[in-house]
Amino acid sequence: MSEYLVLIYESEAAWEKADGETAGTMMKEHQEFGERNGAALRGGNALHPTTSATSLRRDASGKLVVTDGAFAETKEALGGYYVIEAGDLDAAIAIASQIPAHFGGVEVRPIRDVG
Amino acid sequence: MLAATIRVTGDIDVAEECVQDAFTRALATWSKSGIPVKAGAWLTTVARRRAIDTLRRQTSQRRVMANFVEPQESALPSYSDLASIADDRLRLIFTCCHPALSSETQVALSLRLLCGLTTSEVARAFLVTESTMAARITRGKKKIATSHIPYRVPTVEELPARVETVLSAIHLVFTTGHTAPSGSDLVRRDLVDRALDLARLLRTLLPDDAEVAGLLGLIILTDARRQTRTSSDGALLLLSEQDRTQWDHGAISEGAALVREALRTRPAGRFVLMAAIATIHAEASSWDETSWGEIVALYDLLLIVWPSPVVALNRAVAIGIADGPDAGLEALSDLTSDGALLGYNYLASTRADFLRRLGRKDEARLAYEEALSQCENEVERAFLVSRLRELEVGAN
Repeated sequence: MSEYLVLIYESEAAWEKADGETAGTMMKEHQEFGERNGAALRGGNALHPTTSATSLRRDASGKLVVTDGAFAETKEALGGYYVIEAGDLDAAIAIASQIPAHFGGVEVRPIRDVG
Repeated sequence: MLAATIRVTGDIDVAEECVQDAFTRALATWSKSGIPVKAGAWLTTVARRRAIDTLRRQTSQRRVMANFVEPQESALPSYSDLASIADDRLRLIFTCCHPALSSETQVALSLRLLCGLTTSEVARAFLVTESTMAARITRGKKKIATSHIPYRVPTVEELPARVETVLSAIHLVFTTGHTAPSGSDLVRRDLVDRALDLARLLRTLLPDDAEVAGLLGLIILTDARRQTRTSSDGALLLLSEQDRTQWDHGAISEGAALVREALRTRPAGRFVLMAAIATIHAEASSWDETSWGEIVALYDLLLIVWPSPVVALNRAVAIGIADGPDAGLEALSDLTSDGALLGYNYLASTRADFLRRLGRKDEARLAYEEALSQCENEVERAFLVSRLRELEVGAN
């Protein structure tokens, strides 16, 4: 058996415009997907939109540079992920900045509480 | 007051409503009973009590907010304690100027929440529409809430980097006001005053920080020349043309004292060095008497702590005066080929000035025209046009 990470890409603008009914239907479909594939699912989460993202990089001197927004460089590709629990954004940054992403950086995005 | 209320609510919007509410109640109560001696404390107490009521009602959201609310916050604390109010404002500064917010957002939130400007005032200051500014502020508050940007003073280890972000935001408010990026006035007085307020507030809150003293000194020293930066008809006057007797000498002494105090901390940081340069200008009796060699040496140090092309450009200007336009032009050559300042009108206008002084008129004219095509401040444009005319008169 092999493990796979399945990433969901959607238009944030469309999500923003979606009415409560559409959003409700999609939530229900996700639930149904979960029930049908329970044996294969190892976990999953919905993320807050990219406006809530914070990107971390190191400059040439190795100093941490924190910036607003998602990691939108086309040169770099998604290479891995960690799910962490932290008291606030500063605590999350303190942990995320230790991740050895020498060829790029990391993006910290809050996970939505949909439970 | 807003800062103190946010500590209870953990949410900026809810806190703003509670403060609004406190003012409404004050109007009703004070018209009957008169204004209390400690009116500010009264308002803060009412706003915070209102905040606690609101929190109790919003039990479903409580878990989310628990991140922000201090656990010991169950009873109303005493408000006579000025130190705690100062702490709240300091917390709010670090929240508004968190590095995870864009610098535009940091500035907008600081002006809105710390200086108390209305959204339309902030919008006017930055020459954007009110709806654009409202959206920017809303996005900023939403990011604070969803990504859980903390509402507290950073730890000792984090502090230097975080103070730097706050200082950069205040400096951005100041530079935007000192030379407005576009429009008919050279200076936006309201922004300069707000930057001064914020820098003074930060100085009260962090009295031992040399860079804070440096930024406050820099703003005071630069602003001390405000009366002399334009002529009576609004034309731009260069430092060499300004009437130094009209400078605010009281302000210069205050600024210079701050810089001398800050220079005792080694190595000197970016704002202290900029303020030290401003001190040399402010204390020189004339343009010719200015110690240009010392200014070049300070720019050398500044370029080490803050390797930015704009600093390199200013250093080249100083070299051009200390060692002549040939040396200045040489210092500029790397910057011209580097391309980082492409489209920055001060690069072209500096080169134009060196060429003019060397008598290379055709090249100077081209450089002035280039600067003119990149400049949107009308006062500065008028200056560039007058330089071009002088060249044409000289050529004929």
